[in-house]
Amino acid sequence: MDMPTDMTRAHEDYASLVQDDRVHTSLYKDPAIFDEEMERIFKNTWVWVAHASEVPGRNTFKKSFVGKQPVIVTRDKEEKIHVLLNRCRHRAATVCEKKAGKTSVFVCPYHGWSYNLDGKLRSVPHASVYGEDFDKDEFPLVSLRTEQYNGMIFATFRDDIEPLEDFLGSAKKWIDLFMKQGAGYPVKTLGEHQFRFPGNWKIQLENTTDAYHFPIVHKTFLDSLDAETGNVFDVLGRGGWVEDLGHGHSVMVMMPELVDLEENLEAPIPERFADLAEELRGEGYSDHEVRRIVRAVGGGGFNLNLFPNVACSMAFFRVLRPVSVDETEIRHIAIGMDGGPEAGNRMRLRLHEHFQGPMGFGSPDDAEGWERVQRGSAAGDDLWILVNRGQAPIIGHAAGDHVTDVSAETGMRAAYQEWKRMMSA
Amino acid sequence: MSTTEMTRSDLAAITLEEASAFIWREAELLDRQDYKAWLPLFTPEGLYVIPIEREAEDRAGELNIAYDDAEMRAMRVKRLKSGFSISSAPSARTVRTTSRFVLEEAPDGGVLVRCAQMLVEYKFERTRVIGADVTYHLVRTGEGLRMARKEILLLNSDDPLWGIGYLF
Ligand code: FES
Ligand SMILES: [Fe+2]
Repeated sequence: MDMPTDMTRAHEDYASLVQDDRVHTSLYKDPAIFDEEMERIFKNTWVWVAHASEVPGRNTFKKSFVGKQPVIVTRDKEEKIHVLLNRCRHRAATVCEKKAGKTSVFVCPYHGWSYNLDGKLRSVPHASVYGEDFDKDEFPLVSLRTEQYNGMIFATFRDDIEPLEDFLGSAKKWIDLFMKQGAGYPVKTLGEHQFRFPGNWKIQLENTTDAYHFPIVHKTFLDSLDAETGNVFDVLGRGGWVEDLGHGHSVMVMMPELVDLEENLEAPIPERFADLAEELRGEGYSDHEVRRIVRAVGGGGFNLNLFPNVACSMAFFRVLRPVSVDETEIRHIAIGMDGGPEAGNRMRLRLHEHFQGPMGFGSPDDAEGWERVQRGSAAGDDLWILVNRGQAPIIGHAAGDHVTDVSAETGMRAAYQEWKRMMSA
Repeated sequence: MSTTEMTRSDLAAITLEEASAFIWREAELLDRQDYKAWLPLFTPEGLYVIPIEREAEDRAGELNIAYDDAEMRAMRVKRLKSGFSISSAPSARTVRTTSRFVLEEAPDGGVLVRCAQMLVEYKFERTRVIGADVTYHLVRTGEGLRMARKEILLLNSDDPLWGIGYLF
């Protein structure tokens, strides 16, 4: 007879599925675990929902998700940001099906209840039938607790967890470094690639902190680069490292010389940016500005993985959304300089298209690799996924005594320990 | 045949018959993944564009799924045929049909052909259908018709797709 379903799994059981150097295959496959993750993780922590530039002014909005729950991120007429459940308080219809835009009101299409961008129920058609004691103040769109750090907007269902800044902790420094890609201009999003793969969300979470696969899976991307750029992308050979940042976050530095984009401005401009530099000079930018912009356009040298759903990945935001136990949606959001030179942003777009998205030179191979993980996990139910690579810190590394090899699975271990903490709490 | 006649016939407007024959031949090349034969079907300045945004404003100033000049196309074909890209070795198999041709004269003497494409792909026992509006800008050259631009607006261009290891 079959075992009773996993519905009854106790908290201790979840803990036993994650060991220091391995995690159990059921973490990719068990629908009951997935359902618990949506409750215990995605409803209990800060989840990234948008970048501030995606709601660029008063009365703007964009749709997003917190775990499986559709939300609308809004900026109201006082410029305050809100994250609202996209669900009418009458009989649950979504009040917004437009991806993003400008409006001062959401009108539910079913019976016409209308809501302000701060969620307040503004009016109800034929309200008198509800009687005298009907109070509109009781039925606003549900508003989640919302905080932002350096343009990154997060929301949570929990009013009693730590402030966002404490949750981010030592990841904040890396967010600040990442935002130097604005080259002195505010960072703004420039569009996004979206794709799904038939596999568990944690496979994607792992990948953001997996330099080990890069030369193998991305060989054809590397082959498409000129020699100088190919050298920059020799991610395993540049003295990089991986660091556990706490709370499940981690950073993987692949190109140490591209950690701080405001340093080394005197270095020669790489060949592939020569035309851009020329164009910028022609537009009247000073030598210093040209160098700063060009260096920023090339993107950063690290992946910052923030548990559970977002990464600042070299030159873009990488956002995952769990759809079901074996389906995950991914967005690769391109970024650029708000108010910066067109030519620089155009080049960023072309670089983004080169690697990312459903037909990039990189992402389709990643997606295929992840799907193969899910397919393979159908075999050997009782086997484990190894995350034991590179456990010993590198002795005498410039970044400190705690860092591990760039290809170490330290970031995955960090994420899974947080998973374990939250799933067995 | 006199020189004048030659010139006139070189510049003759591209007919529906010629355009559809070209487009069908191209479709068949792509389904067979004979990408080396496909590359020369573009003019040297030709663009291969797969947009995301539904309304065309400035494709070069927006993020696209692909925005390829000749150099990018050549690199893309090299990648797809290299055998080292797991999503294209092998890619999904495809069968596509193209229809509903509407011709319009282009200012340069060529034609814009707007047509509908239905593509079915198959891999890992999974069949997917993708519809697309395709716009060809065709010009007549000494070697026959060539694409000055091919723009494929997928029906779901602005929603999640999946890893695609072949060409539209
Ligand atoms: S469900 Fe929204 S008004 Fe009825
Ligand atoms: Fe990858």
